[in-house]
Amino acid sequence: MSELEEKILEIRQDFPVLNRLVYGKPLVYLDNAATTQKPKCVISAISDYYLNYNSNIHRGVHRLSQEATDEYEKSRKIIKEFINANKTNEIIFTRGTTEGINLVAHSYVRPRLKEGNEIVITHMEHHSNIVPWQIVCEETGAKLRVVPINDAGELIFEEFEKMFTDKVKFVSVVYVSNSLGTINPIEEITKKAHSQGIPVLVDAAQSIQHIKTDIRKLGCDFMVFSGHKIYGPTGIGILYGKENYLEKMNPYQGGGDMIKSVSFERTIYNDLPYKFEAGTPNIEGAIGLGKAIEYVSQIGFDFITEHESELLKYAQEKLSEIDGLKIIGNAARKASVVSFVLENVHPHDVGTMLDVDGVAVRTGHHCTEPIMRRFGVPATTRASFAFYNTKQEIDILVQSIQKVIKMFS
Amino acid sequence: MEELKELYQQVILDHNKNPRNFGELPTCNRHAEGHNPLCGDQIEVFILVDEDTGKIEDVRFKGAGCAISKASASIMTTLLKGKTIEEAKELFEQFHKVVTSDPSSNADIINLGKLAVFCGVREFPARVKCASLAWHTMLNALDNHTTTKVSTEQV
Ligand SMILES: Cc1ncc(COP(=O)(O)O)c(C=O)c1O
Repeated sequence: MSELEEKILEIRQDFPVLNRLVYGKPLVYLDNAATTQKPKCVISAISDYYLNYNSNIHRGVHRLSQEATDEYEKSRKIIKEFINANKTNEIIFTRGTTEGINLVAHSYVRPRLKEGNEIVITHMEHHSNIVPWQIVCEETGAKLRVVPINDAGELIFEEFEKMFTDKVKFVSVVYVSNSLGTINPIEEITKKAHSQGIPVLVDAAQSIQHIKTDIRKLGCDFMVFSGHKIYGPTGIGILYGKENYLEKMNPYQGGGDMIKSVSFERTIYNDLPYKFEAGTPNIEGAIGLGKAIEYVSQIGFDFITEHESELLKYAQEKLSEIDGLKIIGNAARKASVVSFVLENVHPHDVGTMLDVDGVAVRTGHHCTEPIMRRFGVPATTRASFAFYNTKQEIDILVQSIQKVIKMFS
Repeated sequence: MEELKELYQQVILDHNKNPRNFGELPTCNRHAEGHNPLCGDQIEVFILVDEDTGKIEDVRFKGAGCAISKASASIMTTLLKGKTIEEAKELFEQFHKVVTSDPSSNADIINLGKLAVFCGVREFPARVKCASLAWHTMLNALDNHTTTKVSTEQV
């Protein structure tokens, strides 16, 4: 066994679920873009909270509350370090990517938008980076502009540049496409937008787990991601915002924890980041996410990027050899996501058949209907890889696809 | 894997490849569109009812979808011809029972005739909507003289 194989085997031991059988076959989990599996340390961190110091945060004077508050705030620091933010108070806990985008849309963008203004997104956004902007546009009379993509599934950058007129008040763009795998040139986009004074939000839901993130290098003003896609729990996510933007914004929700003092005449909002964390938050989620990020940092992005791009290359090679299989999304820079369609077999049937071989993939439109329309397919089958996946698992995927083709021929 | 063979029976595969009564029916007097937004399946059902006898004279369908939804639509059309509207609705009820009943209770599914091919669907709850789309669309077409749209999801 090579050193790499040994290391992956060791990593796999951290993920108990990877040992289970599905229909009597070993689980081959290739649906990591939907959600990743959780390592033992994350699961233990959550149960440790409930077993040993469950209590509400920022309120009690008692010992348990202090411990819970410390762990919750420690996670915030871990995340700040992880993305290289300037300040800890630029890290806001949310429910996930979707909530982060909605928060920025409603608290920052909407109050500043007038009829005739424009918001720019791209053709490869997840529905969660389309619908909040449509709502805001409908309410204000602003217009949503969409940057087109080419046949490989890459942004047409020149079109992007052309759209940056002084009507544009905000740009919101996905870093890595969840259905095509395309990696977008965020630094260039931010530079261009900033040269015209336009703030940029980056949807990092599919990049945070694959690409080392340095927020200062990226330069964006807001960034959002979900804990569950980076080996953490569901129901927790992060909104990063530059302090000067967050300071200017009104709260998203009102309630406890986000206030300094309340009287019926006047309420004074709390400081950052608490201004945006109304109510009792997802405490175990935040603690679990902190642990997940520690775990990922320990694995290290050198290993993650190298191994995952090896998996991507191997998968694309093997899949392209299959007669009648077409890969949707052939960008020059891709994360470990492969979408494909089979001639004469609907993705839904592919998904069911792979499932009984223990292979978990996603089939459907992946919450990106405009991409499906762009490529003229109703749906795709998507295999997405994490650092715990192996080439052997890709071989099983390929064999299983061959069975599908045989059955439907 | 037995369940898989049960789901993708030869009959289903055959109807998927060579769907019967496929295409438009310009003379139809009942028509509905069905849509499953989760997987992009789209179907149109055209029915010609003889208004005097109340019997289904002809039925055709059109659309794109997975093998289960296509075969289900195709088989449905073969079962509907010559039936009265009441009988068609009864058939729908029977079909619905087949795909949603508890797989371990085989008691009530004897005498299903052609509907028996849908028994395999019960083992795959994620696929019940695929099998049902055409049937719900048919029901809608019968209930409405004008064109209507049905969706498997509430939107
Ligand atoms: C690119 C992208 N953006 C946003 C989301 C939404 O994330 P969540 O459902 O965790 O809020 C996803 C998740 O599928 C995604 O892939």
